[in-house]
Amino acid sequence: MNVVANNTIGRAPGQPIYLDYQATTPCDPRVVEKMIPYFTEKFGNPHSRTHRYGWEAEEAVEVAREQVAAIIGADPKEIIFTSGATESNNLALKGVAHFYKDKKDHVVTVVTEHKCVLDSCRHLEQEGFKITYLPVKPDGLVDLAELDAAITERTAIVSVMGVNNEIGVIQPLAEIGAICRKKGAFFHTDCAQAVGKIPLDVNAMNIDLMSISAHKIYGPKGIGALYVRRRPRVRLVPLINGGGQERGMRSGTLATPLCVGFGEACAIAKAEMAAEAERLRRLQTRLLGGLQQRLAEIYVNGDMDSRIPGNLNISFAFVEGEGLMMGIKDLAVSSGSACTSASLEPSYVLRALGLDAEMAHTSIRFGMGRFTTDEDIDYAIDHVTKAVEHLRSMSPLWDMHQEGVDLKSIQWAEH
Amino acid sequence: MAYSDKVVDHYENPRNVGALDKDSADVGTGLVGAPACGDVMKLQIKVSPEGIIEDAKFKTFGCGSAIASSSLVTEWVKGKTLDEAAAIKNTDIAQELALPPVKIHCSVLAEDAIKAAIKDYKAKSGIDDGKAAE
Repeated sequence: MNVVANNTIGRAPGQPIYLDYQATTPCDPRVVEKMIPYFTEKFGNPHSRTHRYGWEAEEAVEVAREQVAAIIGADPKEIIFTSGATESNNLALKGVAHFYKDKKDHVVTVVTEHKCVLDSCRHLEQEGFKITYLPVKPDGLVDLAELDAAITERTAIVSVMGVNNEIGVIQPLAEIGAICRKKGAFFHTDCAQAVGKIPLDVNAMNIDLMSISAHKIYGPKGIGALYVRRRPRVRLVPLINGGGQERGMRSGTLATPLCVGFGEACAIAKAEMAAEAERLRRLQTRLLGGLQQRLAEIYVNGDMDSRIPGNLNISFAFVEGEGLMMGIKDLAVSSGSACTSASLEPSYVLRALGLDAEMAHTSIRFGMGRFTTDEDIDYAIDHVTKAVEHLRSMSPLWDMHQEGVDLKSIQWAEH
Repeated sequence: MAYSDKVVDHYENPRNVGALDKDSADVGTGLVGAPACGDVMKLQIKVSPEGIIEDAKFKTFGCGSAIASSSLVTEWVKGKTLDEAAAIKNTDIAQELALPPVKIHCSVLAEDAIKAAIKDYKAKSGIDDGKAAE
């Protein structure tokens, strides 16, 4: 089969170098290869029980379910396939809240969660549930004592993400799980950015529900999973009703090729995680070290130790993020700058760390992954350095800083 | 977001980047915007004894549209009288650069920068015609 060669993934001629692996990842060619037959000759409905086409598809789906379960230490029966982590997060939060609403009406989450968690919580709030949005410390991590104190006997579910999508920090899942178990609240974790990046074990970590996404781990877009613990049993009200597939929690015909790709992506990630993490750590050190060597006044956002190796979020003081991205158009990165969104508000995640709005405006997220090379990083260091130097040479703030003016002492006209 | 060719041109080849002596009597300096909002423009004009803007320089912290807006106005104000320069409207800037709606504030800031520079110059040279900036 002729899939794209590894050495052009994320750096095809004329295309910018891809450094946005937290946004999405390319499908691993090995994943695509496994998927192909399930579009054509093995096209059966995995829920068809009366013929070979159905059995063949069902078998493939069940293998995939085992592969997904294995990477988080779960039982395959506890894996519910969904359309992705957004659906999984919606199902976990709304599903659990609705099921237990007679006895419990409280949800605990964190301000730096993904929008789909926060927005699901807003919806529950409108229905009358009480939501506690915990702050984070300046390093981006949740304060365990505050979390403990926030959980009451009315708390149905606590939702804390494994790894933050913007700053890559890893929350202390095992400690949070222990607190939730002790307090009798279910623990849900959005692990879209964590699975395949850090070792996870739902039993050791006392995780009751976990959201997983395929396209963040070199699998296809359009599929994810929700892990739902069986013992002690977690129950939920489904969002989608129908034929009762997926233990009745998510009706609808499973997308066999996507399940197969997702499963294969998990199997590869599980086998290669340790080596890949080590390689990415080297690239992360190379990128940060290279930039720090050549540029003054750059700051890493989020804790450096409790962080996945594939992420670096850096503020380049006195240079606005979107302006900088325009200057590094040979790199595909993203920014916490307001200008990248229609709202003109800088990243709520960076603001939650206590970062000044002006520093949030100067941030760039570098996401490295499976196909990132040393050469990519060296090119990025050079390209970013030149652009930052150029933009600082035309930045009035840089001049003022050089003259020793404290920017905070100036009465700016906020507009 | 795709930028217009004119924004890209001004971003890649900014006109009149630099600084004039802010303490000089014939130089007016406007500093507008705020770091917290993601854009700050410094626009300086050098005015001849006849009241013509002879030179203009800018420095900008901001996105591509903010840089392009300030670069453009340095070109536009040169050779103009103070009154002519003060008549430049943000809508002219936005139209020239084909700015999308979310970037209109960049052109507003550029207009403010011109007015602020003129106001500073007039204040320095003791001109009070009652219709300075604002």
